[in-house]
Amino acid sequence: MLTLQCPYCGVWAEETELHAEGEAHLKRFGPGSSDDEFESYLFMRENPKGVHFERWRHSNGCGKFFHAARSTTTLEVFGTYSAQTLEPPQDIKDKISAKYPNWSWRDFS
Amino acid sequence: MSKAVSALSGAKFAGFATVTETGLRGMITVRGDLASKEMAAAVKSATGAGVPDQRKVSVGDKGKVAWMSPDELLVVVEYATVLDTVATLTTALAGSHALVANVSDARAVFEISGEGSRDALAKLAPVDLSKSAFAPDEIRRTRIAQVPAAFWQTGDSCFEVICFRSVAQYVFDVLRLSVTNGGEVHHLV
Repeated sequence: MLTLQCPYCGVWAEETELHAEGEAHLKRFGPGSSDDEFESYLFMRENPKGVHFERWRHSNGCGKFFHAARSTTTLEVFGTYSAQTLEPPQDIKDKISAKYPNWSWRDFS
Repeated sequence: MSKAVSALSGAKFAGFATVTETGLRGMITVRGDLASKEMAAAVKSATGAGVPDQRKVSVGDKGKVAWMSPDELLVVVEYATVLDTVATLTTALAGSHALVANVSDARAVFEISGEGSRDALAKLAPVDLSKSAFAPDEIRRTRIAQVPAAFWQTGDSCFEVICFRSVAQYVFDVLRLSVTNGGEVHHLV
């Protein structure tokens, strides 16, 4: 059972109180973008074996979206953080680097 | 104007704890900047209570205020005074970016009382309800079985559960099942 701490209300919420909302840090390409950009925004998703960044929603709780960094293989959670950001906070990246020195995920490492 | 009735007209069931639908309750959703002076003044004048801290409930002479999310409060008052309270809040928050909505008739309220109330609730929600973990002045938004709900303590072994009115019968049914004699867990102290 996955347990994540909601950064907005501080509750340690287990999976059934949350809703998975797909990949984190997607950049939206809308009108005026090229077909390739739009296709990659719409369809192309990471499917890593290891470090992953996800968007979750505390749906049976405060209702806020937040981001989580975790490993898809060990289910280890490196941390959760506010969704009002364009990249993971440094302390979470440091925590991942301590465990997986050569990790990379899209443009982050 | 037609006479307002609560979802289950005071339905009641007694097992090892007692579940009661408490009838009509005034509830107002207030959204805005919780840290602002205007919000503090508005909440104070409407209920006599201060703006609660994260996940807390503050109690005033006219009602109580529960923390729902970083930008949302729930003001709970007597049903008869809810329109006056809405007017007070709306006037006090007129100058700021805020929302005041009367949600009284969209909700149902249940009371679970008795020695086993902690056990009964813990069976239905993914929450640590032991006395050391769940503070007396805390509100927890979570789920009851399959539907969203929130609850707080009104006494040592007495809880109030709020849920959407449309699922009132469902929530009453699962609570009734949970307090049925023979279902005691005796785990929480």
